[in-house]
Amino acid sequence: MTIAVSILPEQQLATLNAAYSQAVARRRWRLLFGAAVFAAALLLAAVGAEVNLRTLFTHFGNFVSYFDRILTLDGGQRVWTDVGEWLWGWRKWLKMLGETLLISYVGTLTGAAFAFCLNFFAAENTSPSPWLRFVVLRLLEFARTVPGIVFALIFVIAFGLGPMAGVLAIAIHSTGALGKLFSEIVENADMKPVEGIRSTGASWLSCMRFAIVPQVTAGYASYALLRFEINVREASVMGFVGAGGIGQELVVAIRKFYYSDVSAILLMIIVTVFIIDISTGWLRGRLFGKEART
Amino acid sequence: MGPQKVDTAEIRARYPDVFERPASARLATPAMIVAALGIFMYGLVDLDFSPSRFAAGLSQLGWISMMMIPPDPGTSLPIYLKALGETLSIALLGTTLAAIFALPVSLLAARNVVPNILRFPVRRFLDSIRGVDTLIWALVWINVVGLGPFAGVLAIAVSDFGAFGKLFSEAIEGADQKQVEGIRASGGSALHEIRFGLMPQVLPVIAGQVLYFIESNTRSATIIGIVGAGGIGLQLAEQIRVLEWQKVSFLILMILVAVAAIDFISGKLRFAIIGRRAVA
Repeated sequence: MTIAVSILPEQQLATLNAAYSQAVARRRWRLLFGAAVFAAALLLAAVGAEVNLRTLFTHFGNFVSYFDRILTLDGGQRVWTDVGEWLWGWRKWLKMLGETLLISYVGTLTGAAFAFCLNFFAAENTSPSPWLRFVVLRLLEFARTVPGIVFALIFVIAFGLGPMAGVLAIAIHSTGALGKLFSEIVENADMKPVEGIRSTGASWLSCMRFAIVPQVTAGYASYALLRFEINVREASVMGFVGAGGIGQELVVAIRKFYYSDVSAILLMIIVTVFIIDISTGWLRGRLFGKEART
Repeated sequence: MGPQKVDTAEIRARYPDVFERPASARLATPAMIVAALGIFMYGLVDLDFSPSRFAAGLSQLGWISMMMIPPDPGTSLPIYLKALGETLSIALLGTTLAAIFALPVSLLAARNVVPNILRFPVRRFLDSIRGVDTLIWALVWINVVGLGPFAGVLAIAVSDFGAFGKLFSEAIEGADQKQVEGIRASGGSALHEIRFGLMPQVLPVIAGQVLYFIESNTRSATIIGIVGAGGIGLQLAEQIRVLEWQKVSFLILMILVAVAAIDFISGKLRFAIIGRRAVA
């Protein structure tokens, strides 16, 4: 084989090589430094989180055998050999799952309604006054940063045990999350229709109603559906703190070591989440076409 | 321009769809709205919403908010700071562990790396892990390693494993195939293709996602203490149970400040790693 590329003179090559290796060395050093800082942070975190590898290794068998246990019936045989026995409580569990779905549905819809009312004040291009925008933005931020289950804990004390607390917690959290997303959609809306309507002497409300809303509803619905998906998952654990839904059954089963019930309830939750994910995905595709999904 | 005489009949004849929409099309939207509201009302009834209960709860909530002011940690500030440190540790360790384990698995879930037959079960496996909430994983791990933050680390690690597996594999599927082909053409093995063809493309994306998850996991880590898996959630749940509202509001403020600080830092880091445009 002949060499097609001519080689540079020795001296020039040496300087180029030196510069290259220097650049590489500098990059390597920076990477190494970053890795060292990261490793130090991890080590610190391991101490902080009381990580105990010995516990993990001695008890890791428990993790595997836990799945073994939850997949075994009281009689000793595998759960799928006797589905009737495994899912013995399916009527009750389906009812609780229905409650979970209702909690997330009512919560999401309420949250979306509040977010709809608030987001025009939070968007930069439609907010009537800067101080109002500031207040609404902080309010939404608060609503979405405090975890839903913390709201649920407090609401259980204020409104009593039961699904009401769960619905309100999900509604508040969804207001915060959707309010932000909605206002971002509004910020991307075309402002020319607004100018057109304002030029006819219309009020702020009419501008929103006839210029902004028609542009943004598809995006709103898409995000609300996505939120519903997330909220189904969230509602499945609301019962842990007494705020209704299937979580209540699950936490009892886990705490009381009703092993096969744990797997049966988990299975039903996972299947429900699958079905919701698939059907809302399908609905989004049907309603808004593929592009609407961002 | 003055009013113009419009020949309505002609326009009607030209655009029949606009003037004479079929009943099914006209009724679709109202029917959907009615159905949505119907389910909503049914939900309100089924879930025991009553105006009197709502009003009573609201006034109770008003009392609680009054009692929360001013936020005051009492003498427990050192304990709370330690709990906050625990929470941050849980988030950092859990996310890192999840990322380390998810990277090889995500290769198995990527369309351009493995055939469909192998991909399908891996995907469903990741989906099932994701379908189970972090709090449930926390309960399972408490059964294995006992109460405490270690269970929290493992819970975050497992539930994020499911999320990362999906996100990473999507990043890998989005990667440019030309680099891989180049490596193959020069005689590289499958491992070389991944190491030199895929990884340089996807690592910045993955790093951005991991940072983003550390951020959002700070939020999740604040709550897993509610079921006993360590961190600030444990303190929060305890103080709510004993109705120490001033401490509760202090703890909530601490969480807000911590989350804001982590948001700020990781936002800066993400910009540094993948540039402003890729993040937006």
